Amino acid sequence: MSLPEVPYAVEVMNLSKHFDDAIAVDQVNLQIRQGEIFALLGGSGCGKTTLLRMLAGFEQPSEGDIRINGVSMADSPPYQRPVNMMFQSYALFPHMTVEQNIAFGLKQDKLPQAQIAERVSEMLALVQMTAFRRRKPAQLSGGQQQRIALARSLAKKPALLLLDEPMGALDKKLRMQMQLELAHIIEGVGVTCVMVTHDQEEAMTMADRIAIMDQGRIMQVGEPREIYEYPNSKMTAEFIGSINLFKAVASFGSSSCELICNELSNRVVAGNIGREFEGDCYVALRPEKIRLAAGATLAKENSIAGKVEDIAYLGSHNVIHVRLNSIEGQAKIVQVHVSNFVRHAAQTFELEQPVVLSWDRDAIVLIKADPL
Amino acid sequence: MKGFFAHRIWVIAPPYLWMLVFFALPFGYILKISLAESVIAMPPYSDIWSWTEGQFSWLGSLDNYRFLLEDDLYYLAYFNSVRLAAIATLLCLFVAYPMAFAIARMPEPYRSLCLLLVILPSWTSFLIRIYAWIGLLKNNGLINQMLLAVGLLDEPLLLLHSDFAIYLGIVYGYLPFMVLPIYTNLVKLDHSLIEAAYDLGARPWKVFLTIILPLSMGGVVAGCFLVFIPAVGEFIIPDLLGGPDTLMIGKVLWQEFFVNRDWPVASAIAVVMLTFLLVPIYFYRRVEMKRLGVTP
Repeated sequence: MSLPEVPYAVEVMNLSKHFDDAIAVDQVNLQIRQGEIFALLGGSGCGKTTLLRMLAGFEQPSEGDIRINGVSMADSPPYQRPVNMMFQSYALFPHMTVEQNIAFGLKQDKLPQAQIAERVSEMLALVQMTAFRRRKPAQLSGGQQQRIALARSLAKKPALLLLDEPMGALDKKLRMQMQLELAHIIEGVGVTCVMVTHDQEEAMTMADRIAIMDQGRIMQVGEPREIYEYPNSKMTAEFIGSINLFKAVASFGSSSCELICNELSNRVVAGNIGREFEGDCYVALRPEKIRLAAGATLAKENSIAGKVEDIAYLGSHNVIHVRLNSIEGQAKIVQVHVSNFVRHAAQTFELEQPVVLSWDRDAIVLIKADPL
Repeated sequence: MKGFFAHRIWVIAPPYLWMLVFFALPFGYILKISLAESVIAMPPYSDIWSWTEGQFSWLGSLDNYRFLLEDDLYYLAYFNSVRLAAIATLLCLFVAYPMAFAIARMPEPYRSLCLLLVILPSWTSFLIRIYAWIGLLKNNGLINQMLLAVGLLDEPLLLLHSDFAIYLGIVYGYLPFMVLPIYTNLVKLDHSLIEAAYDLGARPWKVFLTIILPLSMGGVVAGCFLVFIPAVGEFIIPDLLGGPDTLMIGKVLWQEFFVNRDWPVASAIAVVMLTFLLVPIYFYRRVEMKRLGVTP
């Protein structure tokens, strides 16, 4: 994976931030590679914004250090850091034109006029906004303002670019388009980038790696695929996408992992599971990895019967809730995604219809039960 | 729909009516007096037209205005008033801006408290508050006594009856009118703009000059007008705190009215003063409209 000789662009070391008696960021360690787009993902109040603001220099860490290209930022005010930020509200200066906004940072470095003009033109071309150079921010649409905000934060060639909820102010349709475009521009420039978002889709679309945060701590760091397919805790599993979790006890045979799971009465076998999961754990199954079939005939392993409880038609796929027969008294509901590969595929299922759920051994992910 | 539009007049009418009754009519009356002649009678001015036997004859003249041009007392009074008011307005701005800035950056409960403290003195009569300064500023007043007692001075400073006292009076009396519009402007200022400027490498002083000050200019201009315009015509402050030879147009106006009982000349002074003050207001409106993108 990472080569030892490649230096990290950003190192966050034991970073904490306390506000009065609340802990916003708790002992965070991160290494971010040169040229990487790194997303901090979490719900509101998880500490991701505070972490970003410490990187920018707007908040003083209570403990720990931040190094950018090996240089400690502990004593640097925001105006001396090689870091530029694209604000959630864009924070474009309303009394300046598009050009003046982009030139603002360059002027602070006292560059010669000609050089500033050249760089501004270059930035305008990069975000395809040359025609709007003399406009004021109020005369631009949301998407155009975002491009200018990006151009302004890239103009100084920062060692680190920060994006605070970059799509927060855009409507849904524009969001998808701008996510790809923004990521494309940032990758083209090759700048190291840390972004904050609460939107997992945005993080997965744009970022090379994601850190999931909860209550001021980093819960898991990895590529989007890694985090989605192999969540390491109940929290990350539930935060990213939908998931079905069943309590189980794992015991290992010669090549497979046998699971005793009260909620799934039939035999449950998982493949390719490390020995460290022996004992109490959760069986995690993504809804799209479960097959749904009409009838009541169970297979030898990894299948269970139930009744259709609810069908939600979402266009591209259907979300079907199945009530398991396994447990008495308690209605365990399993979510299954049925793709609309064939038109009207979901119409073959009806409410209260008996169905069988089944899955492959490899579909199972085990999550260690939280030690109590 | 017709009824809806027909009723709009009742919403728009009161302010226009107010302006008509309390501004346009009195101004017309003053204008009329300024064209008349001073007579020893009641009222102490002549008619400007007569209507006898179906014959209209015009009697008014611009003599009073000509008189203002001939006597340089009035030039000097106008010039001096504008100078004193302008300097006092600037001083007021320098005191009020940091105050407004500090209040706007305070957390909420303190912010309301400080605003209240700024306005609180206005609950006492303006006259009494200015009068109270005499007690502080006079030769054996509180300030001089303290300075003498500490030993910083051998003889009392001449504080009262000076331009200094006038500046002090105007700054003191009109401070809330400067603080409030600037505060209103600063408190609305999006804090992320300030952070963005820092982020782009601007030092604190540069952030103030390039971002905060230009964006609060609306409040600064409004505050300056609210102080400058009444300060030009101010009477109480130069009369109580100024020296006997302090020439301000408000004082001259008062003297013409009440000492010389020359109402027509006094009215002419008032009309000229108003005309002078309309010029900056006109330009201010032009600038504001341009800023807001409204075509006049």
